[in-house]
Amino acid sequence: MSITYKAGKNPHPLEHRMIFRNIDREGWDPGIETYLGEGGYESLRKAMAMAPGEIQAQVKTAGVRGRGGAGFPAGVKWGFIPPNNTKPVYLICNADESEPGTFKDRYIMHQDPHQLIEGMVITAFAIGCHTAYIYIREEFPFAAKILEGAIEEARAKNFVGRNILGTGFDLEIHVHRGAGAYICGEETGLIESLEGKRPYPRIKPPYFPAAMGLYLCPTIVNNVETLCHVTHILKMGGEEYAKLGTPNNTGTRILCVSGDVQKPGYFEVQVGKVTMGQLINEMCGGLRTGRTLKAVIPGGSSAKVLRADETFKLKDREISIWDIPMDFDSLAACGSMAGSGGVIVIDDSRSIAWVLNNINAFYAHESCGQCTPCREGSLWMKKISDRIVAGKGSPDDVDTLESVAYRIDGRTICAFGEAASWPTESFIAKFRDELKAATSDSLKGAIVNPETKLAAASLKV
Amino acid sequence: MPHQVPLEVEQEIDQRLTRYPDKRSALLPALHAIQGHFRYVPEDLVEWVAAKLELEAIQVMEVLTFYPSFRQKAPGRYHIRVCRTLSCAMAGSHGLMDALAEKAGIDRSHADHHHPICVSKDGRFSIEFAECLASCGTGPVCMVNDDLHEQVRPEDARKLLDRYS
Ligand SMILES: Cc1cc2nc3c(=O)[nH]c(=O)nc-3n(C[C@H](O)[C@H](O)[C@H](O)COP(=O)(O)O)c2cc1C
Ligand code: SF4
Ligand code: FES
Repeated sequence: MSITYKAGKNPHPLEHRMIFRNIDREGWDPGIETYLGEGGYESLRKAMAMAPGEIQAQVKTAGVRGRGGAGFPAGVKWGFIPPNNTKPVYLICNADESEPGTFKDRYIMHQDPHQLIEGMVITAFAIGCHTAYIYIREEFPFAAKILEGAIEEARAKNFVGRNILGTGFDLEIHVHRGAGAYICGEETGLIESLEGKRPYPRIKPPYFPAAMGLYLCPTIVNNVETLCHVTHILKMGGEEYAKLGTPNNTGTRILCVSGDVQKPGYFEVQVGKVTMGQLINEMCGGLRTGRTLKAVIPGGSSAKVLRADETFKLKDREISIWDIPMDFDSLAACGSMAGSGGVIVIDDSRSIAWVLNNINAFYAHESCGQCTPCREGSLWMKKISDRIVAGKGSPDDVDTLESVAYRIDGRTICAFGEAASWPTESFIAKFRDELKAATSDSLKGAIVNPETKLAAASLKV
Repeated sequence: MPHQVPLEVEQEIDQRLTRYPDKRSALLPALHAIQGHFRYVPEDLVEWVAAKLELEAIQVMEVLTFYPSFRQKAPGRYHIRVCRTLSCAMAGSHGLMDALAEKAGIDRSHADHHHPICVSKDGRFSIEFAECLASCGTGPVCMVNDDLHEQVRPEDARKLLDRYS
């Protein structure tokens, strides 16, 4: 069947559309009839005829790794629910989409909500869950309404609710709106928030959600995109799915490119089958005219930055930034991470101090404040980079900044600590000279009042 | 005059309460319902929410004061949120913020971390920076009440504001 897309929205030939098959598609709407018209909820019918353990086995065979940030295999995570459990089991769809640079889940929820709901019903059936929540960020008010409407449509067709498709399986799905805090994307912060509290992340161990999550019951938290993959794994079978992508990095994933490229946007690719060079130069139309690449943040703003002229060591070869395959293992081998799929491209017109300062301001604003190193450190990193950007930094400030970052990293309750310190650690490791050059030798040893108001355009709150 | 929770808001909260095994879980939904009506959460309703959910007032306050989306003072009739985060900043969101504030007649000189929202003299508009709105590929972006606007250049500020009157 041939699909036409809206003007300017045609997939690039290097793309492999599965999750985003219907995004910006001509004649497509989020209603259930449209979805059913193209085989919607067939995967659910198939799943309901299988044993829950069989579904879990298929998802394990498929090898799909979490698309929310950590890249943990979904099937393995589901298997962590204690086998002798007698408490209710919960499923939470993480629709907080708040990692800077990431903008994929929004399209799924606005344009193809039933794909997500189908994946959630299958997942709930596989893990024995009867109450599921979609935790959606406050800034998606229309998506929250669309999802609530879609759940009612699915209920009317008996895909949600009591005795689903006559199998005796019951499931309610509820939409729960957040309220503008990034830390609610962290799964244990999310759970606290869903319990009606401040989203203070819980310490792991012992609070691994699969064992002790929502209301201290076993809880599976998966990202929107991950849950959509479940629908396709059931459709294709785990083995067929695993042929997409590359070994240990299976399936497709949506890369979101923003920053200094000609055509920013979303691209669904087979994991590891496209390189950074293909992504930037072919899919995004290259850099802006007359510009050269300076750096790339490859997996959301928490991922360590890659410098354009670095050489990276993979298992079997040395490569340049252009040849990095966009998959979990390769980006990890290059010292960064695939993270949430948000690729931020930075060209030679940008000041590294300014970029780092913008990132530091984000983490200073978003720290939940529970752990002293994170709460104090993230604010100090912002203040120090504020003064470097304002031209009031001393060369020692770069070293101070670095030491603050390393004193957060590894010393906090949740992974926000790493997320906040990795940008500073990596920007300084890779651009130390440029950052030092932005400081002033005459200020060496000067005592700075941290509360001094600094006048620089980029510093306004 | 103390604020009164309208019947339909209370009904919405009652309905949302049924979705959770624990009443406290309905706190964010309850605050959303109240803010949806008043555009902020009036202080004298904190006790009301606490009683409704069988909580202490402090448990409502600690949530109300933590989350950036909840407001304790009335914003303008149209509340604008401009994305401050990296991709939008690279695309010019600071210039957009300046242009929107100027055209809406908003003085932002007193904005700070604890008072991010500034309101125009006529009460029609208010504005603040928000962190990444998950639309980084079409920056700079901003929200006006519930609407997302993409690729808004500073020179489009006037036109954008005129759509809200
Ligand atoms: C600070 C922080 C923010 C996060 N934000 C998100 C988010 O916005 N969306 C998301 O899906 N996962 C986010 N995560 C990852 C979640 O904790 C969790 O790993 C994920 O939702 C699991 O789903 P997955 O296995 O399907 O990826 C965040 C993690 C951290 C540490
Ligand atoms: S690391 Fe930061 S965000 Fe995470 S719990 Fe500690 S203070 Fe909160
Ligand atoms: S940086 Fe503005 S929407 Fe993400």
